[in-house]
Amino acid sequence: MGTMAMESVIAVNRFGLGAAPGELEAAAADPRGWLAKQVGQPAPAHPQFGKLAHSSEALKEYPRWIASLRTAGTRTVEETFREHFGPIMGQEFGARLSAAATATAPFHERLAWFWANHFTVSAEKPLVFALVGSFEREAIRPNVTGRFADLLIAATRHPAMLLYLDNHLSVRKGWSPARIARSAAFPPPTGLNENLAREILELHTLGVNGGYTQADVTEFARVITGWTASPIMNVPGPGTPGFVFDPARHEPGPRTLLGKTYPEDGIAQGEAVLRDLAAHPATAKHVATKLARHFIADEPPPAAVARIERAFLDSGGHLPSVYAALLDSPEAWERPLAKLKTPVEYVVSCMRALPAMRAAQPQPLYLTLRGMGQRPFFAPSPQGWPDTAAAWSGADALWKRIEWAGILAARLGSGVDPLRIARDGYAETIGEPSRLAIERAESRQQALALWLASPEFQRR
Amino acid sequence: MTTRREMLQLMGAAAALGGLPRLALAASPGELRGGERRLVFVFLRGGMDGLSAVPAYGDPQFAERRGILAIGAPGSPGGALDLDGHFGLSPHLAELHKLYAARELAVLHAAASPYRERSHFDGQNLLENGTAKPFGRESGWLNVALSARAKVGGVALGQSIPLVLRGSAHVGSWSPSALPGPDPDMLERLAALYRGDALLAQSFAAALEAQGMMKGRDAGGAMAGADGAPQAVLALAKAAGEILGKRDGPRVASIDFGGWDTHISQLGEYSALTRNLRLLDRSVATLKETLGAAWSQTAVLIVTEFGRTVAPNGSGGTDHGTAGAAFVAGGAVRGGRVIADWPGLAENRLYEGRDLRPTLDLRALFKAALLVQLGLDEAVLEAQVFPDSRSVRPLDGLFA
Repeated sequence: MGTMAMESVIAVNRFGLGAAPGELEAAAADPRGWLAKQVGQPAPAHPQFGKLAHSSEALKEYPRWIASLRTAGTRTVEETFREHFGPIMGQEFGARLSAAATATAPFHERLAWFWANHFTVSAEKPLVFALVGSFEREAIRPNVTGRFADLLIAATRHPAMLLYLDNHLSVRKGWSPARIARSAAFPPPTGLNENLAREILELHTLGVNGGYTQADVTEFARVITGWTASPIMNVPGPGTPGFVFDPARHEPGPRTLLGKTYPEDGIAQGEAVLRDLAAHPATAKHVATKLARHFIADEPPPAAVARIERAFLDSGGHLPSVYAALLDSPEAWERPLAKLKTPVEYVVSCMRALPAMRAAQPQPLYLTLRGMGQRPFFAPSPQGWPDTAAAWSGADALWKRIEWAGILAARLGSGVDPLRIARDGYAETIGEPSRLAIERAESRQQALALWLASPEFQRR
Repeated sequence: MTTRREMLQLMGAAAALGGLPRLALAASPGELRGGERRLVFVFLRGGMDGLSAVPAYGDPQFAERRGILAIGAPGSPGGALDLDGHFGLSPHLAELHKLYAARELAVLHAAASPYRERSHFDGQNLLENGTAKPFGRESGWLNVALSARAKVGGVALGQSIPLVLRGSAHVGSWSPSALPGPDPDMLERLAALYRGDALLAQSFAAALEAQGMMKGRDAGGAMAGADGAPQAVLALAKAAGEILGKRDGPRVASIDFGGWDTHISQLGEYSALTRNLRLLDRSVATLKETLGAAWSQTAVLIVTEFGRTVAPNGSGGTDHGTAGAAFVAGGAVRGGRVIADWPGLAENRLYEGRDLRPTLDLRALFKAALLVQLGLDEAVLEAQVFPDSRSVRPLDGLFA
């Protein structure tokens, strides 16, 4: 097949979210340009997000929820949370799914997912249940085509991150809560909690081999004491619920981190550390490696990593320049189908290939993803969802896709032309066994099920 | 109606999987039996707080160092369940305590992998890959052990296969599903479709076998077993018992159990630690119950990537630490004892002034389990399974 044809398959499937009808053709004339255009502009408007509540709305409900715990009886924290915040998760999931299924700038959308996973917050922690969706909309999406430092600071300041990694419970030595409500479930904090500081260094910036020590972790934790959210823990907050820097909780004094001393400067001390971390060469390498793994191959080619790293450093973490280096990497265009789709990528690519699916109710798809091991908004740890085939290609994972593809095809298969869908998305990268399987299937439904289960369609 | 088992026979493993390497699961009964001994690997991800699970209430420094998190002596309100007059179990581990009394549970303390930093992800990776380095190998030590014992099959309970079981030996994986499976004709076509794709062909073969093994099982409770549900691990423990309990099934299983990263509020009914300890307790009891007679041949290794700080942090939780506790349960275990070279909790005895000092290498446990439960010899263990581990001697006499 022609180079351009192969490049357009890579552009719409690996860099995008899976071909929608006509998308391959639209990208065919200039696949790289088609992608570059998507990140040369601010975030596209998603009408789906218009009705979703700001995190401040959910936070307003927190004091009532915490009070209800005292009378919760035998109900679990999760149950009480659902009583107060139940509809939020469903609305957020439905909107996110629909936005992805219909995105006209799917590369931009995938990057929003990438960064949301890089800065994972997870509803595994009940306190964060109502904020995972708003975190992505408020901290991640506005910064996808900005600077890494701004993205890092926005993610760190968001109440979802502060609560997920316990920074609202990290206080200076000797801090005494003046008017905090005491409860067995939420005793007042008495000192440092190093969770957020460690994960910023290990996961969000320098990377685990980035050269920091336990002393740096502890020192950084002191720097960001006082970074918390109102109205959690009776923080004397501003009028609007959300991020607040509480000087009373902040451990004052100069701090030495990675060999540099930061004078006491309130919230600006933490911001200065974050800006330095964002500009650190180890951060450039860490981010470049993750981008190359996500967009090129599980084993990122060193030359591509070096090119992206260089662009990161030369541009001061200007993300569109970083993406341009990614798109300029020849390694990204050499091998189609190099990445196995994760479950959510798989489901969304089905929705894009089959417009009839886009009207589907989100609830069953939520359960589908849960069954496939990628429950939306419930990443298993601060490291986020894994990004290599080994994590998603096990027997059970494959079986769940086959089962679901069968159900889906039985419902939608009679009205579509499976071979055309296959060619619309994958053109000449479709191998002989898959083409034969589609042609020789006993029904359209079976043909569609086989295509959706095929090795090609499971990859991007 | 054709059952899935009949269908598999109908297709024949060869027809379905033409040209593939031998299956790890139950395709050819008899050939795959590999002895009667079973091994279950339970990974508590996130770093279980060993001093909460197994309080050293007899240590003179314990109460002071642990502060609000100190569990009292047996007999005090909310006190430990006694083990040996020095160590006790968390009051949430009543089933494990019964096993200890029946000599079917051994407790390890001050134990750690060779990892000495405090990243979950490097720590888990190192513990699973079996080398002394994070990312030292792409396969896991349990898979390498299975490769060396070609007739023993393995299965991961859950939607994905954890690193410890990944590698060249083909292992199955299984988790509950609410959906109907494909029909036999479809399966035959899928087998042909995957023939040219090594990765998916292998997974497909293992999936067929796992499905064959679990055929006719009630699909009810499927979502209770889905990822993320607090009760998921119970369903997985039950399935592990069912699969390993079979005469001709795999002999090795892994269960992943996450959520142990307890940086806040470890005490009380609402705490994640309390919930997890209770679930662990019930999971082991469930496993024993579903294994039936096979329990007497079984060893269950329950480990975590690191322990947590000795002192509570500022939020009623603990931060990442070093050594911690581990459990070994099963009828094949010579239990009823605590295995620990206790370093003490005095300030100058702590690792880096904050953590329980490691005095027992978890590889000593893993090696002993592979020697006895899988019949590997020591040369293979050192050359292949745990490279550069000669100085770590297998724990002697732990398995009957």
